[in-house]
Amino acid sequence: MPRYFSEEHEWIDVDGQTATIGITDYAQSQLGDIVFVEVPAAGTRLAKGKEAAVVESVKAASDVFAPVSGTVTEGNAALEDEPALVNTSPEGDGWFFKLTISNAGELDGLMDEAKYKTFCESL
Amino acid sequence: MRYLPLTDADRAAMLDVIGAKSIDELFAGVPREHYLTGPIEGLPRHASEMAVERHMARLAAKNLSAGEAPFFLGAGAYRHHIPASVDHLIQRGEFLTSYTPYQPEIAQGTLQMLFEFQTQVARLFGCAVANASMYDGSTACWEAIAMAGRVTKRSKVLLSSGLHPHYVSTARTMGRFNGDTVEYTEPKLTAEMDFAALADAVDGETGSVVVQYPDILGRIADMTALAEACHAAGALLVAVVTEPVALGALKSPGEMGADIVVGEGQALGVGLQFGGPYLGLFAIRDPKHVRQMPGRLCGETVDAEGKRSFVLTLSTREQHIRREKATSNICTNSGLCALAFSIHLTLLGEKGLRALAAENHRLACLAADRLAQVPGVGVLNASFFNEFTLIVPGDARQLVRDLADKGILAGVSLGRLYPDGDRRENGLIVAVTETVTEEDIEALASTLEEALA
Repeated sequence: MPRYFSEEHEWIDVDGQTATIGITDYAQSQLGDIVFVEVPAAGTRLAKGKEAAVVESVKAASDVFAPVSGTVTEGNAALEDEPALVNTSPEGDGWFFKLTISNAGELDGLMDEAKYKTFCESL
Repeated sequence: MRYLPLTDADRAAMLDVIGAKSIDELFAGVPREHYLTGPIEGLPRHASEMAVERHMARLAAKNLSAGEAPFFLGAGAYRHHIPASVDHLIQRGEFLTSYTPYQPEIAQGTLQMLFEFQTQVARLFGCAVANASMYDGSTACWEAIAMAGRVTKRSKVLLSSGLHPHYVSTARTMGRFNGDTVEYTEPKLTAEMDFAALADAVDGETGSVVVQYPDILGRIADMTALAEACHAAGALLVAVVTEPVALGALKSPGEMGADIVVGEGQALGVGLQFGGPYLGLFAIRDPKHVRQMPGRLCGETVDAEGKRSFVLTLSTREQHIRREKATSNICTNSGLCALAFSIHLTLLGEKGLRALAAENHRLACLAADRLAQVPGVGVLNASFFNEFTLIVPGDARQLVRDLADKGILAGVSLGRLYPDGDRRENGLIVAVTETVTEEDIEALASTLEEALA
């Protein structure tokens, strides 16, 4: 299952038409302790680059943007009670939402793990 | 900071944006005959300070002010006795000079006061969380509508016909910019309220239903069934309280299932003050909605040494952090009015508030019974707290003027609030607080009898 990364520090796991999206370990380490996450409801249509979720840490509140367009199939309900999952397991249990990809071509503009690592080092 | 006055070009650009031709056009609501067109009557161009003061005092004496006459005006602003100690305490320098704190944690006293104010509002409204206050009741009401829109992601708003018409105006003005669809009809002169009709009308597109308790005509009804209907449809119920003293006698809206309870806090500690500054109250029943709440929020915590202390919390909802995505553009609170409210309520205590509410209701019952004996006059309400609506023969607006000429401030005519007919011109809202004496009630009733004879 290929994993992609965006310059907005999101990771995207693609399984057929379904993408699982979260924020990267680098992003959570920059944000600090996460106290609140608002994920999109199932059925929400998201356009690439538009606001999809909100993540709030003790330092800041930030928007999470949709890295690809699609229709949300599930938001991670576990984050409502336990937002700290994003800190402890950012690229696992701390996923934000799943969507059905409407334009697979948009994946081409994203980075792979090696490129993302280089990207983070350049920051 | 330099102060540079606006140029004519600046003014023209601003008028152009809002679509007004002149600054005078902004005062179109003021009747022409009340415009001051020349020098103040009888005042020479040059006079000594003492002479000017004497002249202005004589002009002011033409007014019949609230404390000088039997006073029965309410409809959203109430005259209560404010203990002298309230004004004394709020004028302490520590309180008077600081309002909403921008470097908040250094001002622990201010934060503690806000925390206690929030606790009082939450308990009064039957809610879990209250904020540190808003500008006034009408803006708090609109903020509740906007919050319900954020929670439900729906834009249809049903306003009860019993909601104060000024609050309706504010909701409509602000709703224009929020994309709300506001549904409202003016009230019918009946004893029944429209809760059942609202429960039928609430649907899957409705974000909020807004009711007032007691309503503009003084009527009271249980909102439990309406709250259930709202929740079944996924909408939030907003309850508006314009007379918080009523909650010393009535079940709170939160206990009946209202999701957001807002109100005007003026009745406690603040006074009539020519209509402002007033105090917006805002509370929510379910703490899970707290991140969608507007306004400042003070929380209790412990400091590094484990001592009780206070902070402003959940600031990420606010404008200085979230910018244009903040839950509201309010970035302050009515600090001094909130302090006055809090001190007044503290002085009363729970027993005192109940006793005050009981005395208001006792006098209002006396007044309603006596006024119902005036030939041609009837009481509309089946239930009321300290305010009810009289149905009088003829135009109540004229009657209010006639009674004012006789030294009685009889109430607020419905014709003043609702200019267009439907028999509402016969309605007169009469408020009776503890400041009214039994002699005042008799004076109102007998003067009304003379005026209608």
